[in-house]
Amino acid sequence: MAGVGTKGRAEQTVAGQRFGLLRRPERPVHLGVTVALVLFALFGLPPLMSGYYTGYASLVAIYSIVTLGLGLLVGRVGLYSLGQGAVLQIGAWTGARLLFATGQPFPLVIIEAGLVTMLIGTAIGLPAIRLRGLYLALITLMFAGTITVILATVNFPNGGGGFTGYNGQQSRIPPIRRPSIAGTDIAYYRFAVVVAVLMFLLVYAHVRMRPGRAWAAIRQSEPAALAAGINTTFYKLWAWALASFITGIAGGVLAGQARYLYSINFTTQDSIILLAVALMGGVYNMWGAVIAALLMQLLPAFLQNLGLSYAWLTILFGVGVLQVLTTAPAGIADQFPKDMKKLGGRIMKLVRHA
Amino acid sequence: MLEIANLTVRYGGVTSLDSMDLVFEQGTCGLIGPNGAGKTTFFNVLSGFVRPASGTVRAFGTDLLAMPHFRRARWGMRRTFQTEQAIEELTVYDNVAMVSSSLRGAGRRADVLGAIEYVGGGLSPLMRVGTLGAGQRRLVEVARAVAGKPRLILLDEPAAGLPDEETAHLASVIRGIPGHTGALTILVDHDMSLVSAVCETTAVLDFGKLIASGPTAAVLRDEQVMRAYLGIAEVL
Repeated sequence: MAGVGTKGRAEQTVAGQRFGLLRRPERPVHLGVTVALVLFALFGLPPLMSGYYTGYASLVAIYSIVTLGLGLLVGRVGLYSLGQGAVLQIGAWTGARLLFATGQPFPLVIIEAGLVTMLIGTAIGLPAIRLRGLYLALITLMFAGTITVILATVNFPNGGGGFTGYNGQQSRIPPIRRPSIAGTDIAYYRFAVVVAVLMFLLVYAHVRMRPGRAWAAIRQSEPAALAAGINTTFYKLWAWALASFITGIAGGVLAGQARYLYSINFTTQDSIILLAVALMGGVYNMWGAVIAALLMQLLPAFLQNLGLSYAWLTILFGVGVLQVLTTAPAGIADQFPKDMKKLGGRIMKLVRHA
Repeated sequence: MLEIANLTVRYGGVTSLDSMDLVFEQGTCGLIGPNGAGKTTFFNVLSGFVRPASGTVRAFGTDLLAMPHFRRARWGMRRTFQTEQAIEELTVYDNVAMVSSSLRGAGRRADVLGAIEYVGGGLSPLMRVGTLGAGQRRLVEVARAVAGKPRLILLDEPAAGLPDEETAHLASVIRGIPGHTGALTILVDHDMSLVSAVCETTAVLDFGKLIASGPTAAVLRDEQVMRAYLGIAEVL
């Protein structure tokens, strides 16, 4: 009978608990480490990097947004997409087209690219209302293939006229412009990091509030979600819309980073690799998105620097996904701190014995 | 008040509910019957997961069947499941706050915390549900059911698989629900001691047909009910 207390006592305790809930520190250590890392990425890292790695570092920032969106779909809602590379291409195409066609400020253009991508991406998400797992993955993979074929035919804009903005002469092609404050590679890297931080905050806010609760419920039990009054169709589409929006923005930033876009550089395989690295990084944790982007963009740069073949990477990713599926379902972002704690414990033991 | 008239549900050739007519007045009402009698099907019709072949369901003057399923929670319907469905990844607070409610802001927070306080069992709002035991998870589901001004609460075997002392606590919580929230509560369970401890009135289903309803004690002594449960040979 302990729980069925009198009204007055219940109200007092409720007030106390509410007070505690409002004053709850939001993991201050975690927050401090995050802020320090972002500051380091913005100010500490650029002087240490050669021009070679600056470009790759920008790509890490851009792709961390893409893997964040994919992690949101897979980890929070349970929707497997093999088409995120294509969604990124749509964002890059739209961003490049608008940058050539208009004189709008760069941030406005990438938001527009995000919105256009959101509309198209949500349309791909429509089958997700009825499909899950393998079938949804197959449909998104076919979509990725379709987009690759279409863009191979249409080509990326290069300053030409018409709707496609493609100039087949290939002579004196102007580069895609960058924001006036971020013309150099270092400045553009900082710009990409700032955009990435904003996108992470946007997703964090979603996960912490009502949509996050709804997604967690949908992932575990759709009947329970429906019985609690959650419009599951709406929230699934919302997840697609949010993931597509941020991926479209990443595409816009990618256009400015690459300066010249060629359809040959975008393959359907990228979409598959994206899912592989997202799973390896960890889809239940937002750090996993950063780790995934490091795996996808920085690891090839290292290998290239060492003179090793890119093919090793495909094998490595294959082994990595197997490892995730068998022993560490929450990915490196979850496993690494645990391993470090274990290692720390062992070292402490050794020190004490010595 | 929940009025069910001529409710029929068919799955292919199987008639799971056969022109059921039943009225639940108020308080805590039991719904019992052997396995496959149609109890969960009845709840699924109320939740909107199953579309009946015919019949009407009126709850407090509202035509329930005309309402989309995800709207029914906001209207005031709550439901727990035979296999407990507390969301492991979320805290106790978020699990309860998940339910649709017309309350906003501080009033809503107080309501959610009040629901957690009401079910007791040592639950605290910031516990992660994944770390809780079976009994506490059941209580989280019940807390979700009493939050946000419910009008109709459906409990589907809430005590399944619980040890006796946890069942006793759950029984006291369920018995208090109508007084605490004013909601009409319908309890489906196999545990006769729980039903007789909690429910003022009880209805009995067998093979999709209503075979008895009335005050719980009288219904449990009913010859037809005993026959449905124990399988007494027909002497006709």
